Amino acid sequence: MKSFRRLRRSFEHGVHPAHYKEQTENLPTQRMPFGEHYVMPLGQHIGVPCVPDVDEGEPVRRGQLIARPGGFVSAALHSPVTGTVTRIGDFRGVDGGFTQAIGIEADPFSTQEVDPEAVPDWQSLSLDAFIEAVQMAGIVGMGGAAFPSHVKLSLPEGVAIRHLLINGAECEPFLTNDHRLMLERPAALLEGAEIMRQKLGAVETVIGIEANKPDAIDTIRRHIPDGHPVRVVPLKVKYPQGAEKMMIRSVFGVEVPAGQLPRDVGVNVNNVGTIVAIADYFLRGMPLIERVVTVAGPGVTYPANLVVPLGTPVRDVMEFCGGLRPGSREIVMGGPMMGRPVASLDVPVLKGCSGLLVFAEAPTTERREYPCIRCGRCLEACPYFLNPSRLARMSRARMYDEMKDYHVQDCVECGCCTFACPSNIPIVQLIRTAKDDLAHRKEPGE
Amino acid sequence: MNNLLTAPAIMTGIGLFFGTVLAVAQRFLRVDEDPRIEATNELLPGTNCGACGQPGCLPFAEKLVAGEVEPGQCTVSTDEAIESIAEFLQVDAGRAEKLVARLRCAGGSRQAHQIAEYRGFEGCRAAAVVSGGGKGCAWGCLGLADCERACTFDAIHMNANGLPQVDTEKCRACPDCVAACPKDLFELVPLNQHLYVQCNIPLAGEAATQLCATACDACGRCAADAAPGLIRMEGNLPVIDLAAGGPPAPEAVYRCPTNAIVWLDREQFQDQETRKARNA
Repeated sequence: MKSFRRLRRSFEHGVHPAHYKEQTENLPTQRMPFGEHYVMPLGQHIGVPCVPDVDEGEPVRRGQLIARPGGFVSAALHSPVTGTVTRIGDFRGVDGGFTQAIGIEADPFSTQEVDPEAVPDWQSLSLDAFIEAVQMAGIVGMGGAAFPSHVKLSLPEGVAIRHLLINGAECEPFLTNDHRLMLERPAALLEGAEIMRQKLGAVETVIGIEANKPDAIDTIRRHIPDGHPVRVVPLKVKYPQGAEKMMIRSVFGVEVPAGQLPRDVGVNVNNVGTIVAIADYFLRGMPLIERVVTVAGPGVTYPANLVVPLGTPVRDVMEFCGGLRPGSREIVMGGPMMGRPVASLDVPVLKGCSGLLVFAEAPTTERREYPCIRCGRCLEACPYFLNPSRLARMSRARMYDEMKDYHVQDCVECGCCTFACPSNIPIVQLIRTAKDDLAHRKEPGE
Repeated sequence: MNNLLTAPAIMTGIGLFFGTVLAVAQRFLRVDEDPRIEATNELLPGTNCGACGQPGCLPFAEKLVAGEVEPGQCTVSTDEAIESIAEFLQVDAGRAEKLVARLRCAGGSRQAHQIAEYRGFEGCRAAAVVSGGGKGCAWGCLGLADCERACTFDAIHMNANGLPQVDTEKCRACPDCVAACPKDLFELVPLNQHLYVQCNIPLAGEAATQLCATACDACGRCAADAAPGLIRMEGNLPVIDLAAGGPPAPEAVYRCPTNAIVWLDREQFQDQETRKARNA
């Protein structure tokens, strides 16, 4: 019976990449010293970009509001350092293009302390006021997608949340930032969880952690205060265990139907980093101005888990970690499975940047592509039960419209299919190309 | 014996019945199609490219016969073919001005600054979704030949500089390349419009020129040198407005420091090729 229950703690399909976490998992989080220049892009979350609230040349304090949300699906920005706004304009963005951003020069003589903002007592806030406070604190999903957290809190009529699910799976190889956060700040995590649980009206908090982090599971279990309905669930080590729909399947055995959200099955999913950010704001008055970033990979001289002020250029982070090793070829922002390569070292660390991984020649060398042998491994890997090989072939043939019939829009680009493919077919890139074409389709006459 | 006769008798009966129904239908439900539609369709090129704005050649032929469109709106047919259609239908040919596809970028691999190396599979749209390709300029040609593959008429070929060279003879101004380009760089321009801006960068000054040697730095000299009103600066780029001023003259491009605005005689990027030959 026990082994049967164990088996249940997983989802179907998925892959087992080597986890490479030993490089940084035992390194305590370090605080990165302040640099000179910071760049805060106005659109570092999914949704509407922010509107700047400061002028060029204006002095700013660390933690001061510098940009207001541009709409409901948008989160505020705060200055990561005390200094002066140098320029508001086009800066190099993570997607390789240029993006509107606020450039800030740090004041070298400042002590860089955050004046704790007068934060209203969270218990006395109404739900609407709480949602607005989360938005103005700039809190977004810290797992990588950077979806504004307050949007998940505002529920339509008739939808009730029963479970708050906290995502500590960290299924991406190399990344250890959530792991360290759970080990070093379990109290803050549990405080934030209680705030969220009470505001959502959920009956229970469930923290899902992959079984390869037994120390994190123990630490959190030891810190659970008496009377808090918190349950820590060890999950099978499998990728993408941290995808929210997969995690709901693993923990509750419920499938979230295609096109629906976790709230439709009564669950609210948040990353551990997001929950700690909630606690930092409501209990310590610190808005989202820094985050934990794992710097790892074969090309880094001194791998580390760092608390990095947002807006720090990747160049500064790499210099702090002892620079790049000779032969480094590629820097990936995020995890190796879903992260994106950065095209320039001037790109800043954003709210959704969980890791900076430097790869040397070997793992990124262009591998020769072979024809599809119809082995079906991608079908067995796809956690969303799509047909990746067919989608890839259709994308090659530019049959983008027909791909909609094969549910291309349900693909979350987790990368399992490409990982499993023995012929090295870049399936995810082909699917991403098709989705990009569908998103930017020019209607005739436009 | 009896069985042997029944089956053919039933079959014959059914055949006669349906034959009668068909004969009646032919008599009363008959639709007369204008034979000229079929004949006109024969004269059209049959590429179904959509450049005329119709879904294909047969719908275009129907509209031609109905007199709703002019033969000249087909940009693919040769002049003789247009003439013969006009003669056949006894209408005015109304030959439209010849359009060709022009690329709003001249930043090939020799001009544009490269900041990273793209190593995914070949294709502009694929590169555009991975950190925007490797070029420093985020608005320019990626040079991975999506347009070359999309062209129905084999009019686009990538040149040694990594830019698509449009053969103005073969180009039929169908919108294939316009739709294929993920950076929206192709536009259909009259062949005899000589003045053309070959840049799409919305930055000004050094911010633009450090990304690409042939970027428009928004100095505004072309606007000052052209006939009043012809060129105006909009979003750090010159916009040529033939309706607002004119006539265009080659003087407008003489003082351009980066060759972002050019006076085209026929095809684009000819000067880049000749300059290369001179250097070699």
